Amino acid sequence: MAPSLFRRNKRQEPMTDSKIILTDVHKRFGSKKVLNGINLSVPAGESLVVIGGSGTGKSVMLKCILGIIRPTSGSIKVDDIEVTKLTGRAQEKVLHKFGMLFQGGALFDSLRVWENVAFGLIQGQGMNRKDAKEVAILKLAKVGLSPDVGQLYPAELSGGMQKRVGLARAIATDPEIIFFDEPTTGLDPIMADVINDLIVESVKDLGATALSITHDMASARKIADNIAMIHKGEILWQGTKDDVDHSGNEYVDQFINGRADGPIQMDVRKL
Amino acid sequence: MNLLAIIGRVVLNTLQETGRLSLFTWHAVSHCFRPPTFGRLVLAQMMRIGYFSLPVVALTTFFTGGVLALQIYYGGSQFNSESIVATIVALGITRELGPVMAGLMIAGRVSAAIAAELGTMRVTEQIDALTTLSTNPYKYLVAPRLIAAVLTLPLLVFIADVIGVFGGYVIGTQTLGFNSGVYIKTTADFLELDDITSGMIKSSVFGFIIALMGCYHGFNSKGGAQGVGRATTNAVVMSSILILASNYLMTSLFFSS
Repeated sequence: MAPSLFRRNKRQEPMTDSKIILTDVHKRFGSKKVLNGINLSVPAGESLVVIGGSGTGKSVMLKCILGIIRPTSGSIKVDDIEVTKLTGRAQEKVLHKFGMLFQGGALFDSLRVWENVAFGLIQGQGMNRKDAKEVAILKLAKVGLSPDVGQLYPAELSGGMQKRVGLARAIATDPEIIFFDEPTTGLDPIMADVINDLIVESVKDLGATALSITHDMASARKIADNIAMIHKGEILWQGTKDDVDHSGNEYVDQFINGRADGPIQMDVRKL
Repeated sequence: MNLLAIIGRVVLNTLQETGRLSLFTWHAVSHCFRPPTFGRLVLAQMMRIGYFSLPVVALTTFFTGGVLALQIYYGGSQFNSESIVATIVALGITRELGPVMAGLMIAGRVSAAIAAELGTMRVTEQIDALTTLSTNPYKYLVAPRLIAAVLTLPLLVFIADVIGVFGGYVIGTQTLGFNSGVYIKTTADFLELDDITSGMIKSSVFGFIIALMGCYHGFNSKGGAQGVGRATTNAVVMSSILILASNYLMTSLFFSS
């Protein structure tokens, strides 16, 4: 294996009370390496935000944990269960612990809003439609949407409302772990802050473990207990959100200050 | 570029695609037989694939039956044509043209729709969302479409057979001046149950191909709107080719003896 670019950064040792532990996770698509030995632990009941630029492997990392993408090598444990080889019922059982807010909402176009929110309850947990609808209406209220919205189709909603519905769906089954994939992308700053507040509140109410990925630093500061920085498929720094401004890591400094100059170089071709 | 390298790449890509399709087919078929079965989704797909395809299939086979009657009459001997036209229209429609024409029309209509729907779901992460909601996408999206297509196509083709034969009858009696009673009697005398069942068995296989190609290409689409468009085109082209190829194989099998 090629020597790590970020050897000087301290490797994160797995904590014993960790909900999720990734150890030396690699993923390649053909000859392209996307994850290059990810080591990360998410403590139970805490909110970890992974920051990093586009194409650094953030989404692939989340999908590897969920089993949507199989890692090329390495270990991923959720509650001490190795999930990289799970299939069928065993995988579904682990997935019951998760809720996820997708970047684009990923709401089902063919279903009404309340059916989207209740989907995990009806299909995943076998709850009857009447009870599931009641839970869905409650969850919609929790994210500030009225019961009338439940009767609409996703295409009839604004971007901000779709995010709220996505959040209501993510928390509908009272999951132990919630993933947030770029929760504020495409929203105006005020709506982004509303979504951030809702995320903080929902995670606190459920006592859930949260793992978010974002490149929005305002969002990261608001929803994180801890922050990790990913670059070229490696975690190069992890610490508390208060430490992020004096991390001593030039990659982190460049990213959080949004500077074009620094060790992170964009592949921009001059015309 | 080195010719051998090109050949090697083509062979490897073909093998890779074949392997991927085989695995997809295995997963899809196995989920058709494993509980839970989404009965409501199967019924909804049967409506979309069967009921809503009825007008286009009916029109296609009606005109095919009519054209067949005209071609046999003008192209063949006009002596004793009454019995020849009725017999060939009945056999041609039930054995070949009914299932194949219906299959091709449904490939264009349904396979494209399935590929576009699943392709859009793939690129907007809706299929990933299903997984995170503890729902297997093969079971929820693919199996209902496969079951519905395999069950619905034979029914649709049976109706298409009746309408196609009726098309020949209308042209024969109204344009070519055949006697109505003789036409019906000749059709009934020459048509056997095997002619109809062979067409229905074929159509069931065509239904499987149509749904499988739509699901496979939609499920594996990538690259946004362009990728969905490519998936849709591939689904229709592959369904049509496989329908014609499998029709030849089944005809050889059923009628060789």
